[in-house]
Amino acid sequence: MASAELTPSEYIQHHLTNLTFGQHPDGSWGMAHSAAEAKAMGFWAIHVDTMLWSVFLGATFLFIFHRAAKRATAGVPGGLQNFVESIIEFIDTSVRGSFTAKNDMVAPLALTLFVWIFLMNLMDLVPVDWIPELAKLLGVHYMKVVPTTDPNATFGMSIAVFVLIIYYSIKMKGPRGFVGELALQPFGKFGMPANLLLEGINLIAKPVSLALRLFGNLYAGEMIFILIALLYSGGVFWSIFGGVLQLGWAIFHILIITLQAFIFMTLTVVYLDMAHQEHH
Amino acid sequence: MNINMTLFGQSIAFFVFVWFCMKFIWPPLTKMLDERKQTIADGLAAAEKGKHDEELAKKRALETLKKAKEQAAEIIAGAQKRAGEIVDEAKGAAHQEADRIKAAATAELEQEVNRAREHLRGEVVSLAVAGAGRVLKREIDAKANEDLLKDLVAQL
Repeated sequence: MASAELTPSEYIQHHLTNLTFGQHPDGSWGMAHSAAEAKAMGFWAIHVDTMLWSVFLGATFLFIFHRAAKRATAGVPGGLQNFVESIIEFIDTSVRGSFTAKNDMVAPLALTLFVWIFLMNLMDLVPVDWIPELAKLLGVHYMKVVPTTDPNATFGMSIAVFVLIIYYSIKMKGPRGFVGELALQPFGKFGMPANLLLEGINLIAKPVSLALRLFGNLYAGEMIFILIALLYSGGVFWSIFGGVLQLGWAIFHILIITLQAFIFMTLTVVYLDMAHQEHH
Repeated sequence: MNINMTLFGQSIAFFVFVWFCMKFIWPPLTKMLDERKQTIADGLAAAEKGKHDEELAKKRALETLKKAKEQAAEIIAGAQKRAGEIVDEAKGAAHQEADRIKAAATAELEQEVNRAREHLRGEVVSLAVAGAGRVLKREIDAKANEDLLKDLVAQL
């Protein structure tokens, strides 16, 4: 275990640090070698591990589904096609259930969100030390493999969703309709400041809650896996206990990662549906 | 846990993925699913129609069979009647033929008898004349006694 030469807090700290690429305060570009260095890079830095894993997982999803789509026949489906079809049917049904307007983008968007987030969450089930230790052997010091435990990733997605919400609100209701919705409800035009405050919070709460819910759940789950992993350095008894705990938590986590992916997708669809609806 | 450019990297990646999915993954798959749905619906409809057709055909076959049986029975009855008639006709014709043959034979027999009788009569006359001549020891003029002889012949 890596914790042999680290204190528990250093071990946890190490596991929670992203591989960051950016500009050092002295002006040179490169990887950050510690959490403090990463912090010093400020906003103009990038989490290489988060980007790499999320893009890799997203590309895996697109690759598999694209293969299935290319070979899709209306005849007897093969194994891969069956699998892909069942996911498509599932997404299609749930989108039809909660999205009433007509927009060809929403169902593919929901599919992408669900499968992508599910895959990113799934990385949480990989034992916490495997990939970081492997990366260490390859000379990479930090490797956080679960992109959804990085608030940048969850906020990145929820901001994208937010942009779509604003875009479709304006497209469907016109700029006046959109501003009117913000300013003239629920108290009429004389309560405009109160309206703006309430509706503004309402609007901002959507992406924030989307991102924080996913991040919070996955971050907490990852944290528990790291704490369980700490048990392995405590002798035979604690190792066995830790093994049992890890198994139990992993099984429970299967539910959480699927549920969180589903919630993110469903709420996005619902928000987009609200963006398409005229307020009455 | 720093907020940095990763935020926008993720947003861009997300939009690219959604675009790709919307362009190359979702449409062919849903199109295929719709096609399959249509195929299945068509197949079910065809099966239903086939079943219906089969029932109709069965009914029609039964009707045809029944009609054919009736016709056959009719034909057989007609044929039997005709056969009876033919037999009767043949019987009648045979009777007639037999009667005719019998009548012809009877007539011929009578003719033969008559002819034989004529012949015998001639013979007897000659014998009688010869006998009488011998008895009278003289020639009897056959011409002179022709009336007599004829009378005799008539009596025979």
